[in-house]
Amino acid sequence: MIERFLGWLGDTSWSVALLESLYVWPLVESTHVLTLGLFVGTTIMMDLRLTGIAFRKVPATAFTGRLLPWTRFGFAVMAATGLLLFYSQPLRYYHNIFFRAKVVVLVLAGANAAIFHAGVHRNAGDWDEDTTPPRAARIAGAVSLTAWAVVVIAGRLIAYNWFDCDLQPQSAWVNRLAGCGVGAAGAE
Amino acid sequence: MLEPFFRWCESTALGRAVAESVWAFPVLEAVHLIGLCVLGGALLVVDLRLLGLGLTSQPVARLARNARPWLVGSLVLMAATGVPLFLSEAIRAYYNTSFWVKICTLPVALTFTFAVRERVARREADAPGATGRIVGGVSLALWFTVAAAGRWIGFS
Repeated sequence: MIERFLGWLGDTSWSVALLESLYVWPLVESTHVLTLGLFVGTTIMMDLRLTGIAFRKVPATAFTGRLLPWTRFGFAVMAATGLLLFYSQPLRYYHNIFFRAKVVVLVLAGANAAIFHAGVHRNAGDWDEDTTPPRAARIAGAVSLTAWAVVVIAGRLIAYNWFDCDLQPQSAWVNRLAGCGVGAAGAE
Repeated sequence: MLEPFFRWCESTALGRAVAESVWAFPVLEAVHLIGLCVLGGALLVVDLRLLGLGLTSQPVARLARNARPWLVGSLVLMAATGVPLFLSEAIRAYYNTSFWVKICTLPVALTFTFAVRERVARREADAPGATGRIVGGVSLALWFTVAAAGRWIGFS
């Protein structure tokens, strides 16, 4: 079902136009990559504070308060451009193991952020000035650093077709992870 | 005139090794991007502050001092991955306009960052004035040019 929907999506004229465009696709892709500096960049700085590795004299709430709007704005740009890129080649990305890994880790990173904000960040006033934040905050920072690094690396590797379904033979585990096989015939 | 030098670059052992490996180029690219993320964060924390945005409750000098090791570290990481990436396709780079935009803007950005911006950031205490705002804006514009031209090398 998903396959048929994505196949239809990729055949829509806007999807084809986006993929085949000389400048729009590269511009969308470039925006996606450059916004990494804003979104992941500010996230890393916040995580360095939460882990107590850097900015130890800067109150943690300065990062979660004053810098977070910039992080959120960066995320919005990344999500918008990312969805456009997905829309340009839905089936190919759907069957790309790096894309799949990226989505899984993205969800983990999101859950980690949600747990942090609903949990230890609620009483941030109590540990705001601590050079070494409480354990829960340090764990949240470390998980975030790791998760976003994996997302960036997996995201970059999506461009490579080593494990694409139409490049058979692939080992069984690759075909399984990429969802190749019956019904994957439409993968480009 | 420089073309023989670029040919020599591509013929180096490191350049050949990266070009001939399936994984080396993509992995170097990915780590180069991690460097971009850290660089972006280390720059923005200070530049936004100079522009009167972001961490406005903090003195510029403190933010700049704290961000400095990450700024320098990310630049070292980007150079360590960028040089082998370049060596693997030096001749292609030679004929690539984006590469030249990047490689000419980079020394300007580096000089501005460590000669001008660092001095201003150290001096600015609480409320950056017009100088601070200009320096923050120029810094972001220079590094944006380096990054955008860098990404465009792959498209042109």
